[in-house]
Amino acid sequence: MENNQLATLISELLQKIDRSKILDAPEDLLVYEYDTSIDRAIPDVVILPTNADEVSHAVKVAEIYGIPVIPRGSGTGFAGGALPVKGGILIVLTAMNNIREIDVENRTAIVEPGVINLHLHEALEPFNLIYAPDPSSQRICTIGGNVGTNSGGPHTLAHGSTVNHILGIEVVLPSGRIVWLGGKQLDTPGIDLRGVFVGSEGTLGIVTAICVNLIPTNETIRTMLAIFDSIDSASEAVSAIIRSGVIPMAMEMMDQETIKVVEPRVQAGYPVDAGAVLLIEVEGLSEAVEHDSAVVVSACNDLGAREVRTAESALERESLWEGRKSAIGALGQTAPAIYLLDGVVPRTKLPEILNKVLSASSKAGFKCANMFHAGDGNLHPTVLFDPLEHGATDRVLELGGEIMKLCVDAGGSITGEHGIGLEKRSYMEWVFTDADLAAMEKVRFSFDPVGNFNPCKILPTGHGCAQGHMQITDQHFSAPGVYV
Amino acid sequence: MSFVPIKFAGSDIPTVEDLRNCIHCGFCLPSCPTYIATGHELESPRGRLHLIDSVRSGRVDINDRLLGHLDLCLQCRACETACPSGVPYGRIMEDARASIMANPKSLQPRQWRLRTFLLRYVITQPIILRFAIFPLRIYSKIKLQNLFRNHISKWVPKRIADLEALIPEISSKSFRRRGILASPEKISARVALIMGCVQGEMFPQTHEATIGVLEELGCEVIAPPSQVCCGALHLHAGDMQKSRELAKKNIEVFEEYQVDAILVNAAGCGSTLKEYGHLLREDNKWAKRATVFSNQVQDILEFVASLMQNSNLQKNLSTLSINVTLQDSCHLAHAQGIREAPREILNQIPGLNLHEMRNPDRCCGSAGIYSLVQSEMSNEILATKMEDILTTDSSIICTANPGCTLQLQSGVRQSELDAEVLHVIDLLYRSLSQK
Repeated sequence: MENNQLATLISELLQKIDRSKILDAPEDLLVYEYDTSIDRAIPDVVILPTNADEVSHAVKVAEIYGIPVIPRGSGTGFAGGALPVKGGILIVLTAMNNIREIDVENRTAIVEPGVINLHLHEALEPFNLIYAPDPSSQRICTIGGNVGTNSGGPHTLAHGSTVNHILGIEVVLPSGRIVWLGGKQLDTPGIDLRGVFVGSEGTLGIVTAICVNLIPTNETIRTMLAIFDSIDSASEAVSAIIRSGVIPMAMEMMDQETIKVVEPRVQAGYPVDAGAVLLIEVEGLSEAVEHDSAVVVSACNDLGAREVRTAESALERESLWEGRKSAIGALGQTAPAIYLLDGVVPRTKLPEILNKVLSASSKAGFKCANMFHAGDGNLHPTVLFDPLEHGATDRVLELGGEIMKLCVDAGGSITGEHGIGLEKRSYMEWVFTDADLAAMEKVRFSFDPVGNFNPCKILPTGHGCAQGHMQITDQHFSAPGVYV
Repeated sequence: MSFVPIKFAGSDIPTVEDLRNCIHCGFCLPSCPTYIATGHELESPRGRLHLIDSVRSGRVDINDRLLGHLDLCLQCRACETACPSGVPYGRIMEDARASIMANPKSLQPRQWRLRTFLLRYVITQPIILRFAIFPLRIYSKIKLQNLFRNHISKWVPKRIADLEALIPEISSKSFRRRGILASPEKISARVALIMGCVQGEMFPQTHEATIGVLEELGCEVIAPPSQVCCGALHLHAGDMQKSRELAKKNIEVFEEYQVDAILVNAAGCGSTLKEYGHLLREDNKWAKRATVFSNQVQDILEFVASLMQNSNLQKNLSTLSINVTLQDSCHLAHAQGIREAPREILNQIPGLNLHEMRNPDRCCGSAGIYSLVQSEMSNEILATKMEDILTTDSSIICTANPGCTLQLQSGVRQSELDAEVLHVIDLLYRSLSQK
């Protein structure tokens, strides 16, 4: 953007937004060029609004100037969803972080999009209520971001992902209008636009308030750690447990590569010589938990578990989960960079696909660690690499595509919870037909006819996306199958 | 604070190896006091690391805005505890600040230059430090403080009042004894004591308590007379040259004594003393000696906690029926990873009820000279801390570092709380000496 144009843009923003909430100095913009994904892109302006009116004003100004609008939470996405690929106004919602209401009787809460997932969990604790989605990054990711990507988490297995827990949302539409979709009721008349919105990654509008559904906490929670010699037997145990009719609240797997880096950090008693471990949690009334955990233990033992341990205290449970939830970051210790993938496969194909993933990465010359939501077949192969090594980034991206293809060919999908964002747009064609994609595009354009809301995200098309601000994937546009 | 944009200079530029441990996961954000206060990525560890990396790679120069973001960092290192990838943030920030100050004098940010000057020529010079503190001592003694606080404070600018609130009620004496400070009949261990710069001047009773407890544990205590300031404040302010100079002097001095441990009762000093090995790693003549020195250093609390179990100390403790809350000093918990020791000690005191506050390991805003140079942010952080302390209903707040004690004393005064702020060792000694 030209300097003088930027100056008038800012003066327009200033009409309703305080100067302290607008960032435009080049060195300030730098820290908004990243999220947890591999790419980078710098916005023209950043605003940190504190209410929906300010968001609406910024959206209207952006429309006048014909520039993109991109929402951002804590910037912890893995798919580049919050990167301002074509510049524009980056709307950072972290300052809208109030929990406006907790309605214990109706089991609902109204929160602003910048509320951190864990903070909502903590606020609900005294009422014995929970908001089910608990992504591994819950200590920093925002509810707004969770809505944008339809996040999951370990407990998705029993409770479903974010969309199942959102009753209503207040959104600023591309026209600048502020509307509620859905409400506090479990069902509202008309077409369910709330459902359309959840997971749309900011392409349809910007969420400024969220009404979430709450569920009561269970009487008893039992956390078990099943230790296996191989990923194969651990995966088979997952299928056996589900087959037995018991649905644990969570079933998480970590392979040896992951355990080796996690255990020294958390000292939770993960055996570093194990081939794989399953972290299994069952919840309910104590009698049911007794029964379910007996089924789980015997299923694991039948498949050759070396040992099944039960967490004896809340502290032990916490440290086991701390290990699982900080696994991604801990892998950062072992390599200068990691590339975390998010794919889904049918549970029964877990052993087969995992083996293929491992052999594909070793063929490409990379180590690959695996920690994932085994219960719902949501894989997170994590490729360890050094971006300074010549050609490594190219090969990693290529490998990422190959792994995604493996998931799709096995009857799975290209995202379980992280969203499509920027990185996986090109894979959309593997799971959807042209007609499917055209239909999605129609939905998108009925909200945002100009296509300036988080452009170049989700859908594989988009005018001018190839000439974007990206620094890294720019170089890869010619590589087949990746970022086309 | 306007100046010509500069680049990193010198030989301490943050390394690519340290920086690229960061995978931008953002787990550090919720642990960072300035991120919590502002909600700005710019004031977060991840943001600052990215800025430092951008300066290092030449994408951007350091102007006053960027300097402001680096300067707002408390260096509390809570992000290191939160970081799953083990990014050595404290070291990177120290290197970055050193690389700013490695520019020619005329290019250095003026405020930083002044800081370095004061640290060099006041803090490290015991006599000058004494002179500098003397007016405060008088101020405290003739009750001018009460006059100011009750009558004058509302008429002066807030910044001045904030700074005044930091002035502690200083005891009229300082601790100047050196040499053999304790020599029990039956000696179980021989230890050398780091006397620090501020501790002895502001909190002489903490040295008395340290010596008293060690004596009770059967330790011969020696305070080498020619020891100097540890250099922590200089290191944090970017004066790496001075901190290396001080480190070498201390190593030389302590090498003269055959001791089982070198003990320190200020967590801020302790973390730097334990890092001398790293500080001098590239100096062939000193690297090994520095590592040997660092390996001998222990915080007084970890030392006492480890000896307490097998000693008679517990039998000699008298009951203190009080509610106590503990502020984990950042350079004890985050930089040295010591969390259990202070709790173990407090829990040994009969009758004492340790009532944990919310986020005990979140910085109180003291952070060395931070409370002086960033008083606004420091006060905001302190206010949150005081809210957490209030809910514990404690009559004593314990810390492990003189800076934290000063800051919390100021917080106690500002919130008109009826509570004492003490080093953990002070309280242990109180229980010991009441029998």
